[in-house]
Amino acid sequence: MSEKNIKNLEEIFEARIARDEKIEPKDWMPEKYRQTHIRQISQHAHSEIIGMLPEGNWITRAPSLRRKAALLAKVQDEAGHGLYLYSACETLGISRDELYEQLHSGKAKYSSIFNYPTITWADMGAIGWLVDGAAIINQVPLCNTSFGPYARAMVRVCKEESFHQRQGFEIMLTLCRGSEEQKAMAQDALNRWWWPSLMMLGPTDAESVHTEQSMKWKLKRKSNDELRQQFIDQTVPQADLLGITVPDPDLKWNEETGHYDFGEIDWDEFWQVVKGHGPCNKERMNARVNAWNNGEWVRDAAMAYAEKNANKKVAKAS
Amino acid sequence: MTEKRNWPLWEIFVRSKNGLEHRHFGSLHAADAEMALENARDVYTRRNEGVSIWVVESKHITASNPEQNGEMFEPAQDKVYRHPTFYDLPDEVKHM
Repeated sequence: MSEKNIKNLEEIFEARIARDEKIEPKDWMPEKYRQTHIRQISQHAHSEIIGMLPEGNWITRAPSLRRKAALLAKVQDEAGHGLYLYSACETLGISRDELYEQLHSGKAKYSSIFNYPTITWADMGAIGWLVDGAAIINQVPLCNTSFGPYARAMVRVCKEESFHQRQGFEIMLTLCRGSEEQKAMAQDALNRWWWPSLMMLGPTDAESVHTEQSMKWKLKRKSNDELRQQFIDQTVPQADLLGITVPDPDLKWNEETGHYDFGEIDWDEFWQVVKGHGPCNKERMNARVNAWNNGEWVRDAAMAYAEKNANKKVAKAS
Repeated sequence: MTEKRNWPLWEIFVRSKNGLEHRHFGSLHAADAEMALENARDVYTRRNEGVSIWVVESKHITASNPEQNGEMFEPAQDKVYRHPTFYDLPDEVKHM
């Protein structure tokens, strides 16, 4: 195909997206669109899969059967979300094995928030409330993104995500209405998860390299800073309701802008964690790689069994 | 020793309730059809989304090529006489 032809196809393609038409896997698409989507969707899928680890840590130690059932269901949902997203990603012509390989080799990233440890039960509350809360803010606009399989996966994910946030908030609420020690646990969890949750919404607009192109392709509807402001505005009143304090001395309501002003985010910490130097990067990756490697014989056995049965059927038929 | 094969990809179709058709829900990997059904139950119907599941190995699906959508679908566009509004009838004719 000549360069002129490609340019022409690209223009038609961009116009389709501008008209809110969806792009489906077999449609022609610019190579950059394909690669950007593989990167973003796989990163999203990896985040769901690694995201199971910090919470899986507490399933056996949940304080009641009710809490245990809910947490188990939430972690199972995350596995499901990872699977929807991997499937969507595979429609772009990359195999599941390649995707795993990128995760396991460290070539692909996942959300940095999962590199923080979950040291008390209150962390299950804070994660549901804050981390899932921030994730919902990120994800809702993606239900309308231009790539059909991604948009459809996100519709399903968003439907399921609101239970996650509510179960987290309920944990926080119970702790905050409990003993002094329990309330202190909730405050401690908020102290540790607040800033990483703000970082989850991505680098500031000035630092964000993908924003403009992503807006065009509807991978993004609002900038990182807008999303962050939205998250803060909706979460601070919830902290007030819980009766715990957001760990930011500069946080205050701004009557003029109608938003909360907030303090400086420690972006050095963010980049350190992204680069692999967070408290749990190694632990998460080891757990994931071990799970994959230790499960290999099970996958092989299942495949061997399936092949044996298929051969039996062929033998019977002939 | 045979060459190692990964679990193949399956397309999942779910009937939400009786009276509705099966609809494509997504795909997943499984060693065989039985496992694909079990996995589909866990991945796609955790909240009563279905009463029946079909699984089809993806390689068995033949799809039309969007690049040939012109030849494929445009012939239907100029056949307006296939629609009831093409026919002019006097207003006195009711219920037709």
